[in-house]
Amino acid sequence: MADVAIVGAGQSVFSRDCGVSIRELAFDAFKEALEGLDITTSDIDASIICSAPEYDKQRSPAGLISEYLELTPKPSFYVETVCSSSSTGLRVAWSLVKSGLHKVVAVIGFQKMSELSSRDAAERMGRGADIIWESPFGLTMPAGYAMYARAHMDKYGTTEEHLAKVRVKNSHYGATNPKANYRKELSLEDILNSDMITTPLKKFDCCANADGASCVIVARGDVAKGITNIPIWVVGLVAATDTMTMAGRKQLTGLQCAQEAAKQAYKMAGVKPQDIDVAEVHDCFTVSEILAYEDLGFAKPGEGAGLIEDKETYVDGKIPVNVDGGLLSKGHPIGATGGSQIRTIVRQLRGQATESQVKGAEIGLVHNIGGIGQYGNVTILRR
Amino acid sequence: MGFENFGTVSFTTEAKAAEFITYLEQGKVMATRCPKCGVSYFPPKADCPSCLSGEVEWFEVKGKGKLATYTIVNYGPSGFENDAPYILALGEFEGGIQIMSRLSKDIAPSDIKAGMSLVVSSLKRPDGRISYEFKKG
Ligand SMILES: [Zn+2]
Repeated sequence: MADVAIVGAGQSVFSRDCGVSIRELAFDAFKEALEGLDITTSDIDASIICSAPEYDKQRSPAGLISEYLELTPKPSFYVETVCSSSSTGLRVAWSLVKSGLHKVVAVIGFQKMSELSSRDAAERMGRGADIIWESPFGLTMPAGYAMYARAHMDKYGTTEEHLAKVRVKNSHYGATNPKANYRKELSLEDILNSDMITTPLKKFDCCANADGASCVIVARGDVAKGITNIPIWVVGLVAATDTMTMAGRKQLTGLQCAQEAAKQAYKMAGVKPQDIDVAEVHDCFTVSEILAYEDLGFAKPGEGAGLIEDKETYVDGKIPVNVDGGLLSKGHPIGATGGSQIRTIVRQLRGQATESQVKGAEIGLVHNIGGIGQYGNVTILRR
Repeated sequence: MGFENFGTVSFTTEAKAAEFITYLEQGKVMATRCPKCGVSYFPPKADCPSCLSGEVEWFEVKGKGKLATYTIVNYGPSGFENDAPYILALGEFEGGIQIMSRLSKDIAPSDIKAGMSLVVSSLKRPDGRISYEFKKG
């Protein structure tokens, strides 16, 4: 069967309040994804539109976005796994190409979170838990991750300072990313002294809601070579799930959906954690990045804090992680996030990550999590 | 009776498992068990996907559990503003049952320790709504 490549990847600027419509956000991402490709809109055989519908005013956004981008009459449809919706979109696009149904597919993720107040957005997120059994207690995304943080600290001695050091790193790289919402460097003190949201997570341990869009163009291998000089090959692509309820979780010091997806993705790609040159992980909260280090095998269970302590996840470290600023700096427009992570890895593998290029990067990894660890997605890309 | 009066904000009402609420009104926090294959469920399920039976039995979650993890929530979402700060927690009980609930307001934050002994008990809130919470065991 044919190989599948990513030929283009783009994103809009992520911001707190974009002041434009979702179709216009999608256009910005689409435009950047097509830049430099020997392809036009009419060469795209299908589009997959990704968001978390609870934040959207527009119902059935696939029809709207495909009209605006002039992708009609080609098929367009919608997929959702909350924060990992666009990784799921990539998975579906890969399948459509691999099956021979289509040659070129666009995956467009978006979210315009500024249409809701911060408390209302938190309430919608809370309904991303089990609405009969757990949402009525006031479970929120940060609270769910905070419970993982507490368990990790109690079992392994991870500290609030370790968590803050993740933000110090990501704010350092975010400061030079022109697409990021938050472009200021933060000191350890700034982070440790910020308001407590849900213990032990403080304001600067949390990513911000944002508006934004991303676009990834996927093509059949032989076609890809005619579209771009540097196709980026999808060599591992795995999704896994865990329980919707916190009550159902068997492990509170790591995300089992990520562990499962990672294990299978390494096998599919025929690589090991130490072969990864650069990674994008789902740092919706600082603790999430430390859990990811361990779930992806970059550190042993319980030793994730050591990686950030030793600065091994900086650009010149053993395994650079989120050197575009991560969700913590870029902001987290739910449906757009996975595509933005993929864009960063594509730029790294093409040697085009001007702000923070990892020298000679050949193999990259994207870890994109939906909800409080309900949906785990690990994608491995190769130049 | 369904889930309309359960917790701070209930988002849905009808469920086969709504018998849970009848027991909760009587002061009991219940789980379900499939008599055919012996699997127990919390949150309760009215169906057993292991053997596809729809005839589960209810049993009370009794005895002492221990605190697995917790967080003090300072920022409540819409509908929960007046509850904050509140403490969400996971408690582990006998038979592999894990429950997410809140810690009782009787427990001072400074007394909270991982592994501390807990019991789960029904709660009638001052506003007339019902729930369950963890108390010191
Ligand atoms: Zn059964």
